[in-house]
Amino acid sequence: MLKLTPKEITERSALRVNPCKTCQPVGAMYAALGVHKCMPHSHGSQGCASYHRTFLSRHFKEPAIASTSSFTEGASVFGGGSNLKTGVKNVFDIYNPDIIAIHTTCLSETIGDDLNAFIQDMDIPEGKIVVHANTPSYVGSHINGFFNMMSGFITYLSKNSGKSNGKTAIFPGFVNPGDIREMKKIANLMQVPFTMFPDQSGVMDSPMTGDYSLYPKGGTTIPEIIGLGDCKKVLALGELTCEEPASILERKCKVPYSLLPLPIGIEATDRFIMELAEISNAEVPYELEEERGQLIDLMLDAHFYFYNKTVAIFGDPDTVLGLTRMVLELGMIPKYVLTGTPGDNFVKLAEALFAQYGVDGCTATAAGDLFELHQRIKNERVDLLLGSSYGKQIAKAEDIPFVRAGFPVLDRYAHSNWPIVGYKGAMRLVELIANALMDRQDRDASDEEFEVVM
Amino acid sequence: MNVRNMVLDKYSAKVYKNRKEHIMEVTEETKKQPIAANTRTIPGIITNRGCCYAGCKGVVLGPLKDVLVLTHGPIGCGFYSWGTRRNKAKTEDGRNFIEYCFSTDLQEPDIVFGGEKKLKQAIKEAVEIFNPKCIMICSTCPVGLIGDDIHAVAAWAEKEYGISCMAFSCEGYKGVSQSGGHHIANNGVMKRIIGTNDTPPKKKFSVNILGEYNIGGDGWETERILKRIGYEVVAVFTGDGSYEALSKSHTADLNLVQCHRSINYIAEMMKTKYGVDWIKVNFIGLEATIQSLRDMAMYFDDPELTARTEEVIADEMANIAEERAYYYSKLKGKTAAIFVGGSRSHHYQKLLADFGVRTVLAGYEFAHRDDYEGRDVIPTIKEDADSKNIEHLEVEKDPEKYKAYLTEEQYEKLKSKIQLENYYGMIPEMEDGSIVVDDLNQYETDEFIKLLKPDIFFSGIKDKYQIQKSGVVSRQLHSYDYSGPYAGFTGAINFARDVTMGLYTPAWGLVTAPWKNKSVLKAKLAGGEA
Repeated sequence: MLKLTPKEITERSALRVNPCKTCQPVGAMYAALGVHKCMPHSHGSQGCASYHRTFLSRHFKEPAIASTSSFTEGASVFGGGSNLKTGVKNVFDIYNPDIIAIHTTCLSETIGDDLNAFIQDMDIPEGKIVVHANTPSYVGSHINGFFNMMSGFITYLSKNSGKSNGKTAIFPGFVNPGDIREMKKIANLMQVPFTMFPDQSGVMDSPMTGDYSLYPKGGTTIPEIIGLGDCKKVLALGELTCEEPASILERKCKVPYSLLPLPIGIEATDRFIMELAEISNAEVPYELEEERGQLIDLMLDAHFYFYNKTVAIFGDPDTVLGLTRMVLELGMIPKYVLTGTPGDNFVKLAEALFAQYGVDGCTATAAGDLFELHQRIKNERVDLLLGSSYGKQIAKAEDIPFVRAGFPVLDRYAHSNWPIVGYKGAMRLVELIANALMDRQDRDASDEEFEVVM
Repeated sequence: MNVRNMVLDKYSAKVYKNRKEHIMEVTEETKKQPIAANTRTIPGIITNRGCCYAGCKGVVLGPLKDVLVLTHGPIGCGFYSWGTRRNKAKTEDGRNFIEYCFSTDLQEPDIVFGGEKKLKQAIKEAVEIFNPKCIMICSTCPVGLIGDDIHAVAAWAEKEYGISCMAFSCEGYKGVSQSGGHHIANNGVMKRIIGTNDTPPKKKFSVNILGEYNIGGDGWETERILKRIGYEVVAVFTGDGSYEALSKSHTADLNLVQCHRSINYIAEMMKTKYGVDWIKVNFIGLEATIQSLRDMAMYFDDPELTARTEEVIADEMANIAEERAYYYSKLKGKTAAIFVGGSRSHHYQKLLADFGVRTVLAGYEFAHRDDYEGRDVIPTIKEDADSKNIEHLEVEKDPEKYKAYLTEEQYEKLKSKIQLENYYGMIPEMEDGSIVVDDLNQYETDEFIKLLKPDIFFSGIKDKYQIQKSGVVSRQLHSYDYSGPYAGFTGAINFARDVTMGLYTPAWGLVTAPWKNKSVLKAKLAGGEA
């Protein structure tokens, strides 16, 4: 496995090998799937929508519905306006969504299609809505696409009516439905009325009833998105994912925001809960306190499997930062922390975590790739890999225990139903990490070293 | 109203006018009529189709294990086609390029100022780190629009590094589906690889397998059977394939065409240039595999080979007889719908029939009319703007390397007996009353499920979960749901086992919660009694 990867690291300025990111439109599609009765629409060639739907379906094991402008060579030369106009008409005719959320692609961006003009020029049926976001694939990553689409919804729809709705908006970041459900549970326990935006729970984890619906029950509703402008506050979870839409909402509707890390691990979950407590002035209920105590209990019970173990963590920036904080809390050393998404802030935030926990010899890399990560591991190995499914190649090549978390996880089931956020999510992570390390110990133990009780 | 019209009924006039030509209820009469295929998908329709890049890089070139395929474009396309097609490949020394994703990961300044410089630098780095003997550059949408001359860069790289480097302008917007990409890949392979290595086969009877991508190991299973009979397989296009093997493929006696859609161009061109005959085969299905093996034997017309063919068939069939009977008993009488790329929808009908399963609906994602109606209709297919944009490569007879295996007389005699340089198509073999749909979409899938109520629906990942949530078991025929091989004799049993699992898994019986059938509330009715 990966036998072409040499140990010697050479400088690369042009060749990307085994990326740790993908392009903006898939993030935009995922964001739009978190809106109720919304049809994500890919303004580009068919392949874009096909690839994105495929990836989302493979990660969530769910239908990922989206339409496309089906560009041909003619549209690429003369502009995609006519394709979009036809496309939008057909989508409303055939699939009857309440809203179409268009995102662009590298194709339509390169030819300079003006989506604002196209949309103004369209016949949109009474009561229906069309919004868009510019998501050029050659800028940033799928994370940018995700927050650009959020920003698109806000720019088009959110309004400050002058009257507060008393709610708090929660931007969950690029996370799984299982995470969103956990965040909702916590907000409810903290008695904070909220709007979750976007909300893929109930969409990308919909139940099997034998009765398929193009638009499942979940998703942020259009009135809720409009109402974001009347919220008291935004809790933007994920410092690198949610700042842009939060700041747009602030500028547009004067809704202040708190930028928080994704609530992964103890400290970040504590911060989330403290923010909620400040909003509702409610006592933290025993149920959450109990969960927290159970988590600490577990961390102490099993600490000797974690302490000073080295980890390589890779994936999306906020997820990786959250996992880094979590493993530091466990006493592990996040030796390599890497995201494919570009941005210096990632490195700064990761280094601040290294400093906070006083760990030495750890490196943080933005705009990196898995080839680079593998080469580093070949030079100095780690005890655990933590990241998306593509890490399994490195795990096999170097025989390193591997825990899957983040996006995409293509080779396991049920992962997206369960959280990694909140105390419950942290308990799950502790279990996954401990199991991976302990299974390895069992596998490698000679008969005389093999333990039944551990 | 018949089923076809019920589905079409919801469409607006314009969409109706287009889609009605793509949907056919098979009758003696409609069998003689054309079906619309290989035309543009209407914008807004939730199609399952992909793009030209997916056909070129994803399908045909991606499986080549000794080639560094470099995607020139923003990161997405390279990323999505990384390890996602299950085209298995193994190498003796473990150096296998298909485990990797290579991309120039173009950024905004590259789009503005041109990406050639970055492409050259990426090739330099690729050569220094990976030392490949061949690099293939595949471009994505923006590259064609900004006008990067990838062919000039490829020529530069060959000179600079002494390697083989070829460029494929397979931008996603070209053509109407993956199909254009297959054609572009075929042209490049024909122009630059086939015929560059004259090492002859060692055995008396040699073949290439064309259009076999070794999904789930199908190619390996097919090769195993062919080798057992005594054939030498010179090259497989392109499952577990290599530049090395392709370069000498013109030395084989016969081309076997498995996936007609994606590779018929090479089959035709090799016939013209090198005289290699091709026959349409199908190693999916027991009867189909047997027929294909017998057709091959008939082509070579050698008593020993024919006897050995029958021996192997008998032995392979005996080995699976018991399991075959068991699965037949489990599957007989079931109905199926199949929607796959450009050949499988036909191939798998044969395999299903082996187990008593009737196909009620079949369609192709990116096929042409000849895949539906047979190659006889090719002269009547009108070229439209989209197909004209894909280069039609003209090749000429190579006076030195051309060799005909059959005499003209033998050829003519055989042509009436087997699919020699011919493919009869899917529709002629379909039952009356069954439905054929070209470029089936999300809405039509939903409607046909309600109307036809198939027991099982074979398709791909994009509609798999929609189908399953409708209460119908769905198996992916692109990836085999991570199972396989499905080719040949033991493959047929693997397939039947997987279908049986899907139909009989206990979860289907648990879908309805008990309280849905019976009220659990024991409130008194307004009238009085309990």
